[in-house]
Amino acid sequence: MAMLSFEKKYRVRGGTLVAGDLFDFWVGPFYVGFFGVTTIFFAFLGTAMILWGASQGPTWNLWQISIAPPDLSYGLRFAPLLKGGLWQLITICALGAFVSWALREVEICRKLGMGYHVPAVFGVAIFAYFTLEVIRPLLMGAWGHGFPYGIYSHLDWVSNVGYQYLHFHYNPAHMLAVSFFFATTLALSLHGALVLSATNPGMGQVVKTPEHEDTFFRDTIGYSIGTLGIHRLGVFLAVAAVMFSALCIVISGPFWSRGWPEWWGWWLNLPIWSQWP
Amino acid sequence: MDYLNLFTTVQARGPVHMGSELPHGNSPRTGHPGLWWILGKIGNAQIGPIYLGGLGLASLICGLIAFNIIGMNMLASVHYDPVQFVRQLFWLALEPPPPSYGLSWPPLNQGGWFLITGIFLSASVLLWWVRVYRRATQLGMGTHVAWAFAAALWLMFVLGFIRPILMGSWSEAVPYGIFPHLDWTAALSIRYGNLFYNPFHALSIVFLYGSVLLFGMHGGTILAVTRFGGEREIEQIVDRGTASERAALFWRWTMGFNATMESIHRWAWWFAVLCPLTGGIGILLTGTVVDNWYLWAIKHGVAPPYPNVFPAVVDPALSLGVKP
Repeated sequence: MAMLSFEKKYRVRGGTLVAGDLFDFWVGPFYVGFFGVTTIFFAFLGTAMILWGASQGPTWNLWQISIAPPDLSYGLRFAPLLKGGLWQLITICALGAFVSWALREVEICRKLGMGYHVPAVFGVAIFAYFTLEVIRPLLMGAWGHGFPYGIYSHLDWVSNVGYQYLHFHYNPAHMLAVSFFFATTLALSLHGALVLSATNPGMGQVVKTPEHEDTFFRDTIGYSIGTLGIHRLGVFLAVAAVMFSALCIVISGPFWSRGWPEWWGWWLNLPIWSQWP
Repeated sequence: MDYLNLFTTVQARGPVHMGSELPHGNSPRTGHPGLWWILGKIGNAQIGPIYLGGLGLASLICGLIAFNIIGMNMLASVHYDPVQFVRQLFWLALEPPPPSYGLSWPPLNQGGWFLITGIFLSASVLLWWVRVYRRATQLGMGTHVAWAFAAALWLMFVLGFIRPILMGSWSEAVPYGIFPHLDWTAALSIRYGNLFYNPFHALSIVFLYGSVLLFGMHGGTILAVTRFGGEREIEQIVDRGTASERAALFWRWTMGFNATMESIHRWAWWFAVLCPLTGGIGILLTGTVVDNWYLWAIKHGVAPPYPNVFPAVVDPALSLGVKP
């Protein structure tokens, strides 16, 4: 059995959202549950369609395989399977699998008496994906505005869509998103390093306490947010990064269709500048 | 909803903590700690004291000099008009020397100020690095924060020092300015055939997104087990409690694998550190070893082929003799 030494007492029944005890069991280390079954269903179906789509494509090169969305001429209609229909079905499967996974996390949280923070934060990531592949294409009037499923082809999409707006770095929401991405990574490095430095102080030294952690940060920058606060900050920064990412792409096209550098004209043209000599 | 623990609802107001004892040879700490209610909503309410010390003071002075040189150059570029300085602030820059100067020393208004700024900024961050290292050792702690900081410095020095030297020109360095440094980034990417095809750029992004993912997972997990005291991580590391056990089992049951209370911080450290580390390698190779990342990606069978919707176009870089 793939059980940790302390695991047995935690494996209790109950906490499920639907289907009662029907799927309330484990396979190896994995909890199953109703949403485990739906996750497997969607994930298997979606992966199979990607593989079949790849088999009908020009290459088996892992970097080059790409399942593209329908041509823009299909608008918001269904497309034939090999002309973007696969992309549409795979998107449905992906969303099905992601949402199932989040709900399965909720069931596990309930079983373990934990808060719902992880599925809630995961929900924000799903929302960003939903924004890219569903909300923005809907607002733009064609599924062809979604990004293709391929390792390098999705990078090409990002690059091309970015240059459609001339210079995407000037998108104010993109600026905030990138800043939050960097800030999250900085905060993560500081948090990881601080905990490791307190628990691994070097040969012959005793393990330190949160008082030392606080002292280190107060000595260095004058403030220590503390053991509880850093996790709130981390969740906030990570969520903000993803939310502003979703915002920066959904405003590009539906709400602003010119170059992003041009957007800043409002600031240069504020009436206040002419008030002073 | 009762246990989300997103904010501290009841703030206990006790005596402030002046900090753990420092060994001989250290300066006294500066400032009387204050309690800020708004900070106490998310973390510790106490702000201060701070340890200034010689290194900290020298670092701050160097940093302020660099900051002021940048600001004065920007101000000069709008003919010392304070209104235009505010209006155009995001567009203003202190630019590196033109390429004709190579690695030689240019006149002050031709990039000389830029190089002087670079010297002071470098001194500032290096002094700060030593300070971070010293503060850790003086408290008897490991130096993990300093080494993570060193990874960020690696990227900074690749961008502003190592790569310009390898390219033989200070003009390759990044300008100081809000929009100008974004322009530099976009221009570098296009000049070298789109940095998206640079595998180290891809790795760096993976670790950037991965760090955000990890902090979302870790922060969420710890907040979810705060009702069991999960935020007391050091205690949980040396003496595992039910908070660690539930946190571990949550991920084991979800994805078949779990970190421990200590190892999750090693994952965190490495993901965050590898972001600038791989990014720095990617920048270092750009223009020095690889001229055009798109052609590189074609050569190595990485870039995907697309249907020929438009008449075939030869990459203009090829006609200039650029090699992948």
